[in-house]
Amino acid sequence: MAGNIIELTGLTRKYGQFTAVDNLTLTVSRGEIFGLLGPNGAGKSTTILMMLGLTEPDAGTARVCGIDPSADPVGVKKRVGYLPEEVGFYDDMSGLDNLIYTACLNGLSVIDAEARAEKLLERVGLANEKHKKTGKYSRGMRQRLGLADVLIKDPEVIILDEPTLGIDPAGVRAFLDLIVELSREQKITVLFSSHHLHQVQQVCDRVGLFVGGRLLAVGDIQSLASQLFGKSPYSIEAGFELPDRRTGETTSDGQKRNEIREALLGIEGVIEIREENSIMYLACSQDLTGEIASAITVSGARLTSLSKREYGLDDIYYRYFEGGYNHE
Amino acid sequence: MSRIALALSGFFDRRTERKRHPFRVIMEKEMADHFTGWRFMILTAIIALTCLGSLYTALANMGQAVKPNDPEGTFFFLKLFTISDGTMPSFVVFISFLGPLLGIGLGFDAINSEHNRGTLSRILSQPIHRDYIINAKFAGALTVISAMLFALGMIVMGAGLVALGIPPTAEEFVRMVFFILLSILYVAFWLNISVLFSVLFRQPATAALSAIAVWLFLTVFYPLIVNLVMKPLEPSAVAAPSQMIAIEQFRLALMRIMPNQLYSEATTTLLMPSVRSLGPLTMEQMIGTIPGPLPLGQSLLLVWPQVTGLAAGTITSFVISYMLFMRREIRPR
Repeated sequence: MAGNIIELTGLTRKYGQFTAVDNLTLTVSRGEIFGLLGPNGAGKSTTILMMLGLTEPDAGTARVCGIDPSADPVGVKKRVGYLPEEVGFYDDMSGLDNLIYTACLNGLSVIDAEARAEKLLERVGLANEKHKKTGKYSRGMRQRLGLADVLIKDPEVIILDEPTLGIDPAGVRAFLDLIVELSREQKITVLFSSHHLHQVQQVCDRVGLFVGGRLLAVGDIQSLASQLFGKSPYSIEAGFELPDRRTGETTSDGQKRNEIREALLGIEGVIEIREENSIMYLACSQDLTGEIASAITVSGARLTSLSKREYGLDDIYYRYFEGGYNHE
Repeated sequence: MSRIALALSGFFDRRTERKRHPFRVIMEKEMADHFTGWRFMILTAIIALTCLGSLYTALANMGQAVKPNDPEGTFFFLKLFTISDGTMPSFVVFISFLGPLLGIGLGFDAINSEHNRGTLSRILSQPIHRDYIINAKFAGALTVISAMLFALGMIVMGAGLVALGIPPTAEEFVRMVFFILLSILYVAFWLNISVLFSVLFRQPATAALSAIAVWLFLTVFYPLIVNLVMKPLEPSAVAAPSQMIAIEQFRLALMRIMPNQLYSEATTTLLMPSVRSLGPLTMEQMIGTIPGPLPLGQSLLLVWPQVTGLAAGTITSFVISYMLFMRREIRPR
C-alpha cells in the first residue's frame, strides 16, 4: 500500500531462549505520529534496530519506505533518521561540527552541510550554543542537538527512542511540541517509543501497546479503550456505609451488602461488580451514575462517595500489565 | 587544548562544494583526531627523541664502524640505522621496541570508545555500510603511522646526510624505503591486535592492558619459554650435524612465532646486505663463498617468508575483528 511507510510482518527476534520481539505485525502510515508504548525491556528498541537493519530479524520481514532494511540497510538509513535512547556526540567537537560531520556522512559537501546545520540549530534553539563543545551541553541541549542531527539528512521518517528520558518537564513539553511542529510542517512520519503514557497521549495520533515482545493493541486512544474495555467503557466507584436501623452506627452486615450488590446488578447496563475495601467498582456500558446513587439510597445505605471514571492511557496501560508484566 | 579546536576547525573549514565519499569523511576525521590528539603527539615525541638519540650515537661511532675490507663498505649509509656502541640501542631496535606501543596506542579504543560515547549507533544510523567504520579506523591510523614513520626515516636520513656528507646510493635508498614499509607492516600488526581487543572489550583500559599483555608476553616471556623448552633438547658437542641443524631449526621455528623476531630478522637482512641466511648454515655450504653483499632482489627474497608471516598475522587479526564487529548488534550504550 502506498500510504504505509512502515510495514512489519511477523517480525521475530530471539536472544537464546528469550524472545525479544514475537511475531510483530504493524503498519504506520505516512505523516503519522505513532507511539510505541511499553515498559522497559518490552522489545521496543529491538524492533527499532530491526527497522534500521542494525539487527537481523530471525523471522518475518520489515519494509521501511518500501525497502527491506536487512537487504538494503543503507537505502533505509538514507531516508530514516534515528535518535538513539542515549545519543552521543563527539565531546571535543562543537555542536555545529558534529552536525556537519553527520551531514558529510550523508553525502553533503561541507558548504551545504554548514548552511543546513546552521538552519537546524536555529530551529531547535541552539543557535547561541553552536560553537560550544558538546561535552558541555546539558541533557536537554544534547537531545535537541540529537533532533537536529536526525533532521539534517532530510528524512521521511524519524524514529525517536525514548527521546524525553532525563529531561525536565518544561524541556519535555518544548521538545514534544517541536516534534509535532516539525512533523506537521515537513510531513515527516514520526515513530516515538516511550514508556511515558502522558507524553505519548499528548503527541501521538496512534499508539501501539507493546508488552513482552508482542503488540497487544493498536489504535488511537479512544479505540484502544473500547478494544480493551469492550462493553464496559465506564467505571464507577461507589462507597457507602450501612447504618444500623436503631443506633445509627455503622455495621458490617454481609447480608445487607449482598442485597445491595444484587440490586445494583439488577440495573440495566451494569456488567460487573468488584468489591475492594468496602468500595464497589462497577463496570458499566453507559453512564449510570444517577441510577446507582438512587439504588444505593433506596436500599437504606448511606452513600459516602461516588465517582465516575473514563479510561485514559493510564488505565489501558495498567490493565495490560496486570498478570505478570510489571512496569519497572 | 585550544589548538586542538583550532586544528579541528581548520579541518572543517575547507569550504568546498566537493562531496566526499563517506568513507573518506570518516577516515579524515580519524586522522584529524589522531594528529591533533595528545596521545599521538606523546607517542611521536617519545619515538622521535629516542630515534634521534640513536642517530647521535650512530654518528659518533661511524668512524669505528667502517673497517677496511668490510663487505658492507659500500653500504656505509645504512649503518646509520643499525650501529650502536652499546650505550644506546640502534634505530632498528628502537622501532622494534616502540613500534608496538605506537600501534597499540592508536588502536586500543577504536571501537569501544565510540560505543561508550554513544556515537557508534548514531554514526551507524547514517547511510553508510557498517564496515566503513572499522575499515576507516584502520586506514586512518595506518595513514597516520605511515606518515610518521616515513617522516622519521627521512629525518634520520637527512640528518645523516648533513653530518656525514655522503649521499646514500640508490640501492641504499630503496633498502631504506623497504625498511620503512616493513616497519609500517610491523606497527600495523600491533594496531590490528589492539583494534581486535577494542572490539572484544567494552572498556578501553581493559583493551589497552590486554594488548600490552600480549606484547609483553611475546617480547619478554615467550623467549624465556622457548629457552626452557630447548634446554633439554640441547645437542651434545658430538652430536651429528644433521641433528644439530634440526634442533636449531626447531628453535628458530618457535622463535618466529614472535612478530618482533620476524621483524628484526627482516630488517637485519634489509639493512645489512651481507646477511645471506637467516637459518643455520653448515661449513660445507660456507666453503668457497666470498664474503660480499647480497643484491637487493636476493635480500628481498630472503625476507619474503618473514614479510608473509607478518602480513598473515596482521590480516588474521583484522579479519577476526572485522567479523566480530560485523556480527555484533549495535545497541545504544
